Amino acid sequence: MTSASSGPFALWVYLSQTPLLWLTLTLLVYAAADAVSAATDRHPLANPVLHSVWVIGVILLLTGTPYPEYFNGAQFVHFVLGPATVALAVPLYENRKVVLSAIVPMAVAVLVGGITAIVSIVVLARLVGLPSNVVLALAPKSVTAGVAMGISESLGADPSITAVCVMLTGIMGAIIVTPLMNRLRITDFRARGFAAGLTAHGIGTARAFQVDTVAGVFAGVAMSLNALVTSLIVPVAVTLLMR
Amino acid sequence: MIASLGLILLCQLLGEIVVRSVSAPVPGPVVGLMILLVLLQGRDRIGLLRRGPLGDGGVESAASGMLAHLSLLFVPAGVGVVQHLDLVSSHGVAIFVILALSALVTLVVTAVTFIVTSKLLERWRGTPS
Repeated sequence: MTSASSGPFALWVYLSQTPLLWLTLTLLVYAAADAVSAATDRHPLANPVLHSVWVIGVILLLTGTPYPEYFNGAQFVHFVLGPATVALAVPLYENRKVVLSAIVPMAVAVLVGGITAIVSIVVLARLVGLPSNVVLALAPKSVTAGVAMGISESLGADPSITAVCVMLTGIMGAIIVTPLMNRLRITDFRARGFAAGLTAHGIGTARAFQVDTVAGVFAGVAMSLNALVTSLIVPVAVTLLMR
Repeated sequence: MIASLGLILLCQLLGEIVVRSVSAPVPGPVVGLMILLVLLQGRDRIGLLRRGPLGDGGVESAASGMLAHLSLLFVPAGVGVVQHLDLVSSHGVAIFVILALSALVTLVVTAVTFIVTSKLLERWRGTPS
């Protein structure tokens, strides 16, 4: 009779508790999802974030692995988000002439777009009769998760609901932006990228970089500006809209 | 390579320090982005900055390496969200529909505003009265 401290089960227990296993899984699942995305010529529905996330989610479910155990390994990938945001300075610098020449359209679009993001979700959420604490948690859903959760907390809403909606918005925005812009015959990659970054933050920016570098640069700018605009506007907007 | 990564992390660190000390409503890495941008601009004028990672293309290659797979970096947080979908779905499927609708409206309004403004600006600059 084999005891629990030896054999394949013991090996599993050991491996599942080291960062190695979950880090390897994250990289391999993403590599596969990215290969599919590349093979389909970056089809919007082959979004690598979407497919990596559900595949890993199913694996965790089947193995009964709690999220903190998974994150123990995946945190090394998660950490790179910060430096990668800083690294956006490089393409921004290389395209500075294009960006500077569009400073007025960007300023107008971030104000109008930022307000639209907040007002549309608050109005729709009230229309379908969601409770007011959920409406508040939804309001900052278009900005990057860290900032959105901060805004939500300051409104007294549940930041974890906000985090889920930020991620859903990011994935949905990244999927619909290309077919939508093609249908509207919008060919200006500055405008397409800017809309993607404003609506769908980092995931929209990642999508924009897949399509076009200039689109990616404008998406990065929009994401950064909207974090600022939304955190200033949300408190005012909800006071006006929630009366 | 190491120096370039160190420089990028240093920018983020300074960004975090700035954001925490003035409690600014932007993420630390965004301020870090601005710091790196200033450094890149500065190296065109200040010779000292052209030494090390800013001068030999090191920062450029480190940055493009990280940005090439930006999507990967959202996977760990995304997986966490899958496990909390019940937080949202307990309020009904309507929430998914309105999130999609709001994203659609925001995309259209933002792109159209951008285009209309830049067209108006071109016309205004093109026809001096």
